[in-house]
Amino acid sequence: MELTAEEKAALNGEHGKTLQTAYRILVATGEATNAEKLVPIKWAHLSGVNYNTIGDSGEQFLRELSKDARVKVKATVNPMGIDFDHISDFYHIDDEFVQKQASIRDSYIRMGVEPTFSCTPYEIFDLPEKNTQVSFAESNAAIFANSLGGLKTNKESAFSALASAITGKSPYSDLRKENVTTPMTIRMKMDNPNELDFGMLGFFAGKVGDTSVNISGVSKPNRRSCKALCGGMGTSGTCAKFQFVDNEDEKSEKVDFGKEEMNEVFDELNTAEKGDIITLGSPQLGLEELSDLSKMLKGKSFEKRCMVFCSRAVQKQARSLDYINEIERAGGEILSDCCTCLTPLIDTNETDAVTTNSIKGAYYLKNSTGVDVNLKPLSKIIEDETK
Amino acid sequence: MSKIIVEGKAQGIVLKTTSPINFLGAVDKKTGVIQDKKYDIFKKSIKGTVLVFPHGIGSSVGAYTIYSLKSNQSAPTAMICQKADLTVASGCALANIPMIVVSSEEFDSIQDGNQITVDTKSEKIFN
Repeated sequence: MELTAEEKAALNGEHGKTLQTAYRILVATGEATNAEKLVPIKWAHLSGVNYNTIGDSGEQFLRELSKDARVKVKATVNPMGIDFDHISDFYHIDDEFVQKQASIRDSYIRMGVEPTFSCTPYEIFDLPEKNTQVSFAESNAAIFANSLGGLKTNKESAFSALASAITGKSPYSDLRKENVTTPMTIRMKMDNPNELDFGMLGFFAGKVGDTSVNISGVSKPNRRSCKALCGGMGTSGTCAKFQFVDNEDEKSEKVDFGKEEMNEVFDELNTAEKGDIITLGSPQLGLEELSDLSKMLKGKSFEKRCMVFCSRAVQKQARSLDYINEIERAGGEILSDCCTCLTPLIDTNETDAVTTNSIKGAYYLKNSTGVDVNLKPLSKIIEDETK
Repeated sequence: MSKIIVEGKAQGIVLKTTSPINFLGAVDKKTGVIQDKKYDIFKKSIKGTVLVFPHGIGSSVGAYTIYSLKSNQSAPTAMICQKADLTVASGCALANIPMIVVSSEEFDSIQDGNQITVDTKSEKIFN
C-alpha cells in the first residue's frame, strides 16, 4: 500500500503514539483488503462498547487511549451492555459491571464521539449523499449503508473503525470502489416472506456469499424486513453488501434459498418451543417499527416480560409521538443504549429460553448468552403472547 | 508466504483448524481455550501456538478478543491464514502478533503439531 509522506511520518511515530497505533492498524487492514492507498472518510461508527464483549483489557485500552486520542470525523458508537436508567430493574447486574461500563462510556465520550450507543446509526442521523466514504464497524449498519444507503464502507472491525475515526481515513479496498463485482445471485424462492424469513435469508446469504451478493425474487421489503436481512447477513459471515436485482446476471453463480435452506437455518437457531421472556430489537427498533408495534398492541397486553430495545434518540422521539406510552401500557419494557445481542440484562439464572423475531439476536442469545431461542415473526409473537 | 499483514518473527507449535474462527464467542479471552463445541479444536488452547486457520468470521469486536488474549498472555505467537479479514488483521496489528496469508498449497502443507518459525523479514516459514 502506498502512503503519503505525512502518513509515513505518522506510521513512524513522528506524530505520537496514538496516531502511530492508528496507522499500524490501517496499514494491516489495507494489506488485508488489497487496498492501494488510504482515502478520507466522513463518518465512523465504532463497535467495542459493551463491557461484556471487550472485558478488562478493552476497558483499560480505551481508558489509556482516550487520554490523548480525539476523533477527527463524525463518530457514533454501538450499544453498551446495559441501560443506566434501568439498572435497579435488574438485580443480578453487579457493581463491577456498572463501573467498568461507565468507564468505557466515558472514554468514548472523552474522545469526542456522539453518545448514540446504537447499532442503528441510520435511524438517528440522515445519511450523507450517495457514494460518501464512511467506516462502519457494526455489521448490520455497514451492510445497510452499502446496500440501502448508497454509502461506501468495508465491514470494518472495531479497531479499523476506531483508527478511521482518529485519522479520518480508511483503506481504499474493493468495496469502496465504483463497481463491486458480485459473483453470486441468491434466488429467493419463498412467497410473501415476513421479517423472520428475511433474517434467515440474510443469515444464509452471509454464509454462502463472499463480499457482495445479488438477491433476486424479492419485491420491496418493508423496513423491518430490510433491517432483519442486514442483521442476519452480518452475523454469519464476511458478506458486506447485497443488491436486489430483477434480472439474474447470466454469468453469476446461482444459489436457491427455498424451503429446505430456510428450514436448515431455522433448525440451527430455533431451539425452544416457547420463551420465558420476549425481546424485540436487534437491530434496535426505529421510529417506524415502534409506530407499527404500538398499533399492533392497541387493546392488548403482554402475558410475559417483553424487552423492547431502541436507541435513546429514537426513544425520545417515539415518546413524544405517544408510541412508547402505548407499548409501556401493554407491558413492554423500553430499554435504550443496549440491545438483545450480548446484553447481560437477560438473567441466565432465571431465563432458559427467549422468544424473538431477530435472527441476529437468536445467534448471540444462543452462542454467547447461552439460552435457548424460540423464533417467531412479530405478528405471531403478538398473537401468541398477548391477550 | 504470499502476503505479510503484520510483521514480526515468532515460533511455536502449529495448531491447525479448517474452520473459520469467530474470535468473539469461540475463544475464552482470558485463557485462550476454544469454548465452542462446533470447532474441531474444541477445548484446545491457542496460547503460545502458531494458529493456522482459513480466516476470521463474525463480530467486528473479535479484534478486541485478540487484543485481550495478548494482554492476558494467552495469545498465539503468530497467525497464518488463507484469506485476510479486517477483524483478525486489525486485532493482530494492535496486539503485535505476526500475521501472514499463504496460498492454499502452503496452507495444506503446514502440519498440525509441528514446531515452526514464521519470519516476515526473510519471508519464510521454516521447521
